[in-house]
Amino acid sequence: MGVETALGESAFTTTLDEVLNWGRKNSMWPFTYGTACCGIEVMGLMSSAFDLSRFGAEMVRFSPRQADLLLVAGTITYKQAPILKEIYDQMPEPKWVIAMGACASSGGFYDDYCTVQGIDEIIPVDVYIAGCPPRPEAVMEAVMKLQNDVIGKDSVLKRA
Amino acid sequence: MSEMSPVLTKLKQRFPGDVVSTSSWRGDDTAVIKREAITRVLEFCKNDPDLAFNFLMDLSAVDYLTYPKAQPARFAVAYHLYSLSKNQRVRLKVFANANEEIETACPLWKSANWMEREVYDQYGLTFKNHPNLKRILNHQEFVGHPLRKDYPMRKRQPLGSVDSLMDEMEKRLKAKGLRY
Repeated sequence: MGVETALGESAFTTTLDEVLNWGRKNSMWPFTYGTACCGIEVMGLMSSAFDLSRFGAEMVRFSPRQADLLLVAGTITYKQAPILKEIYDQMPEPKWVIAMGACASSGGFYDDYCTVQGIDEIIPVDVYIAGCPPRPEAVMEAVMKLQNDVIGKDSVLKRA
Repeated sequence: MSEMSPVLTKLKQRFPGDVVSTSSWRGDDTAVIKREAITRVLEFCKNDPDLAFNFLMDLSAVDYLTYPKAQPARFAVAYHLYSLSKNQRVRLKVFANANEEIETACPLWKSANWMEREVYDQYGLTFKNHPNLKRILNHQEFVGHPLRKDYPMRKRQPLGSVDSLMDEMEKRLKAKGLRY
């Protein structure tokens, strides 16, 4: 190949998608939408014992404008739903959503008049995590799944 | 228990015509009060030096629609009072139907404000002279009162837009003499 022959090991060729996705998946900026006990588990996930920064996702943003990973951790009620939708809409593309725990994924045991039966009723979800609440390891697995299965398949051409 | 508690005895003596019935169960004293008399009974409970119920711990309601035993009215509002100085408690109950208004307890205890709004929101009971009787838990587009026994438990009502809380904020700022 041309460039490699001329410059040796100091350069290599790849695709734009590869480079962008490599950058994106190793520097996700999460927006934590913690509404219940899952939010407490996120604190453990972020702090030193589990340390999500090992996966490049330690920059927790509390402005949706600066985040690309929406981590919905907790019960979402119908009163809350328009707020969550608005925050999702405010996030710049490309963006991903993790539904953490039983409530965010399916409403959990709140099979009642006021709880949204899974946030996929209002916004698209990339990864669901089971558990009530899930352990931090489960969230890390979700982040790895996102890195390997979702973001890696993303294409600049598709979005253009 | 044959001996009546001092609190219930005092209430019965002071309001012979307003206390419908009393009961005690394992140290919990309950008095059923006539709906029209609730304000003066609550006022007495708060201001009498022997009762001194300075703390409205809870204000909630019950829907007796499917209750096996017939009740004087469909709903009951329950006031749970506690006296910090006397360390004593009492529960007052008022029976009311949906169309019957109950006088607000807001002038006596500020905490009654939100609890009465909750009862209004969840059961549809109205409180007379309440400063801001509107929904507190359910959203503004919600139709019906979900804790009523005839509300279908899974009847969900999506909300289109975010509820504004500015009306309340303006009132509070004004009350504190702050410019808005």
